[in-house]
Amino acid sequence: MSLVKLEPRRQQSRAMAIAAPVIAVALTLFAGALLFTLLGHDGLAAVNEIFVKPLFNPYRWQDLLVKASPLVMIATGLAIGFRANVWNIGAEGQYVLGGLAGTGVALATLNMSGGWILPVMLVCGVLGGMVWAAIPALLKTKLGVNEILSSLMLNYVAIQLLYYLMRGPWKDPMGFNFPQTAMFSSDQTLPIVVPGTLIHLGIPLAFAIALTAFGVMTRTITGFQMQVEGLAPKAAAFGGFGAASTVWIAMLAGGGLAGLAGIVEASGPFGQMVPQFPTGYGYTAIIVAFLGRLNPLGIVVAGLVLALTYVGGESAQTTIGLPSAATGVFQAMMLFFLLATDILVRYRVVSGRSAPVAEPRSSSGEAKPGESKAVTA
Amino acid sequence: MAAKAAQVPRLALKDISKRFPGVVANDRVSFAVPAGAIHALLGENGAGKSTLVKIIYGVQAADDGQIVFDGQPVRIGSPREARALGIGMVFQHFSLFEAMTVLENIALGMDNPPPRRELEARVRAVLESYGLALDPHRHVHTLSVGERQRIEIVRALLQNPSLLIMDEPTSVLTPQEVEQLFTTLRRLADEGCSILYISHKLHEIKALCQSATIMRGGKVVASCDPRDESARSMAELMIGGSLKDLSDKTDCTYGEARFVVNALSAPGEPPFGTSLKDVSFSVRSGEIFGIAGVAGNGQNELLAVLSGERQAGVSGSLTLDGEELVHASVGARRRAGLASAPEERNGHAAVPGMTLAENALLSARNRMGLSSGGLIRSRAAKNYAAKVIEAFSVKATGPGAAAGSLSGGNLQKYVMGREIMQNPSVLVVSQPTWGVDAGAAGFIRQAMIDLVAKGACVVVVSQDLDELLELCDRLAVINEGRLSEPMDVKGISIERVGLLMGGIHGASPEGDAPIRPAAKAFAAEISA
Repeated sequence: MSLVKLEPRRQQSRAMAIAAPVIAVALTLFAGALLFTLLGHDGLAAVNEIFVKPLFNPYRWQDLLVKASPLVMIATGLAIGFRANVWNIGAEGQYVLGGLAGTGVALATLNMSGGWILPVMLVCGVLGGMVWAAIPALLKTKLGVNEILSSLMLNYVAIQLLYYLMRGPWKDPMGFNFPQTAMFSSDQTLPIVVPGTLIHLGIPLAFAIALTAFGVMTRTITGFQMQVEGLAPKAAAFGGFGAASTVWIAMLAGGGLAGLAGIVEASGPFGQMVPQFPTGYGYTAIIVAFLGRLNPLGIVVAGLVLALTYVGGESAQTTIGLPSAATGVFQAMMLFFLLATDILVRYRVVSGRSAPVAEPRSSSGEAKPGESKAVTA
Repeated sequence: MAAKAAQVPRLALKDISKRFPGVVANDRVSFAVPAGAIHALLGENGAGKSTLVKIIYGVQAADDGQIVFDGQPVRIGSPREARALGIGMVFQHFSLFEAMTVLENIALGMDNPPPRRELEARVRAVLESYGLALDPHRHVHTLSVGERQRIEIVRALLQNPSLLIMDEPTSVLTPQEVEQLFTTLRRLADEGCSILYISHKLHEIKALCQSATIMRGGKVVASCDPRDESARSMAELMIGGSLKDLSDKTDCTYGEARFVVNALSAPGEPPFGTSLKDVSFSVRSGEIFGIAGVAGNGQNELLAVLSGERQAGVSGSLTLDGEELVHASVGARRRAGLASAPEERNGHAAVPGMTLAENALLSARNRMGLSSGGLIRSRAAKNYAAKVIEAFSVKATGPGAAAGSLSGGNLQKYVMGREIMQNPSVLVVSQPTWGVDAGAAGFIRQAMIDLVAKGACVVVVSQDLDELLELCDRLAVINEGRLSEPMDVKGISIERVGLLMGGIHGASPEGDAPIRPAAKAFAAEISA
């Protein structure tokens, strides 16, 4: 008999639902330190450099916010779909298409001026992401094609489309043959909201979107529909919610917000479109969504944590010579440990010898010791 | 009796206890089954009967207590050990491979199957000596539920059991099949095999058993001789209270037909779904219309088509007060006054992980104004849930309780209350009292009677024929997706209903569905 075993909880533990991401982050730090020590680096210094130091540097905080904002936007959109068990893995492609659609507007209006240009770019960015997400939605609802595969594969198509446009039609004629577009004009660039910093309009926008999404998910029938579809698809049908409409809402929300993040990045930090535009935000946002418990407010916190791995990972490359892959390793470990600790929401750990007697107190608030012996009349 | 009591009992249980997290399923259960007796184990759902028999059959281990078999204390660690002792069991849910033949299925279920030829000879001998009609070479997917059960019985009998456990064996059988089963069981008992018969159908137990142990809440609360008790007195022992009578709906006046279904057809869900073929019936105001039938004959499909959850490929007409609804969405049907409650509570009629207030939104949001302009009116939802909880005496901590935390009966009361309190013109409901304790079942039936008294109409789909006979004014039988002519319940012939359930429609329009041998036997019996 094993020393410990898992016993199903009678109800999911709310406390553990909040504790699991925290435990996952802690395990990531521990395993990361161990791993890099074994690889011959100073593991503790690596963890310190990536996860602690940036927090005490005000300049790094700006970086953090700039990196977090696209992650929060994309993850918020994805979480709406994930709630309904619609697995859009194509945010990266939708992000690229949003960026490209907005860039198209920018290139067409290079010689114009006016306050209307930027809003049109943003709207087109949203639409670009939606169109890209509509393809898997259509395939899913009409032909029953698994949206995980179709949305994922479209990411590669989107990137090839980007390369084609950069090297061909959209290449800056004055750009010394570099594969990139012309720089956007000031009317095509996101304004800085805090003068003298890097904090552009996209950052408050991301927070506003998370707050709005929180309201939508908790206070509207549409949000209710997404949750019912995810928890009990047959009950959703009974409630009169069409499965197809759920897929469409989920994919368009995910695609639209990924597209918005795309154009915000293009018209903000990049200020032009370049082949290096896709940086994996669309994939990292999946981790953000789960680390944030698919809750838009949690996603804001999770977005900052994952942004930390980017910001800290970059500086660790220069300061202690950590490979650039370290960022990815930490991100992947975080998702891995989160999925592993998630089992504690539904199960509790008990001693394998005499099942109900010894119960660790750590198994959250409502699982009180001895509860399993109680008689329900 | 005195002589029998002096004998060593076949099976004696002493202080058997079994705990699960949060529940004590069996609390010091003791009773004995004499040799050659048919002993009933009675109790409501959740009383601990199934756990107890799983312990006897070695599927689960008891925490405490002792099992004595033929005078010897035994430890039964697995079903294999149970079979070696001479304990056979027929489960409520069969474990059969549809694509294999009867014989192959029997061989698969045996610990040491003999060579095929020898096995076939033994199977045929068992079939013959107990008068069971079954062709060993037929594929299981072509068999009726009653015939499938016979495979399980033959499987058990081949081991020459001295104790046979039957878990709710009649819940899927037609009345004729039940009678046949009883004949077999009586013969077995005459030959000295003890039978532990688990059921909550009281008239069956009165007809079959010589002794009964009644369980409630994991404990033995009484033992009795069912032949000396009335069904009512046993029911009261089972629920531990007194039963309420349903109010009589004698000669209430029916209005005109409100809910008319005409030539409704729909394809079945592949691969094994039953398609609906030309279903027609109409229900008058003030009427409860029953649809009887053995499970899997298109009941779920019919309910999904009536509620609007299934739309693809549906043809025919469905009108409520003259309004055509066959292509209307679920929401539009609800607004028109068509409410429904599917068979499965958890995950279909209600979301277990959501609160009762949120579950109120599921089907009552439009009719009861629980949302406006796409926004949830949380307070209204809470109030409506509270009203349902109160009016239907749902045992719950309040509108904030998770639906999954309620017992089956209480959740069913909540679901039925949620639909009925919307004051629908027609309520379509499947298995309204399935897995519900007797008290709640009575309450739910009364609520439906009260609803039709206000001029609404109700369609009840149920496998429980007794329930339909008690509740309905007229009923029809569904078999392989086809609905029979409706019959008045008053003066109805149970034999006729049973034959219809078994698939005799007078003529079988499709060549591939011949009259089943079992049904043929019944037909012969009745005409004799």
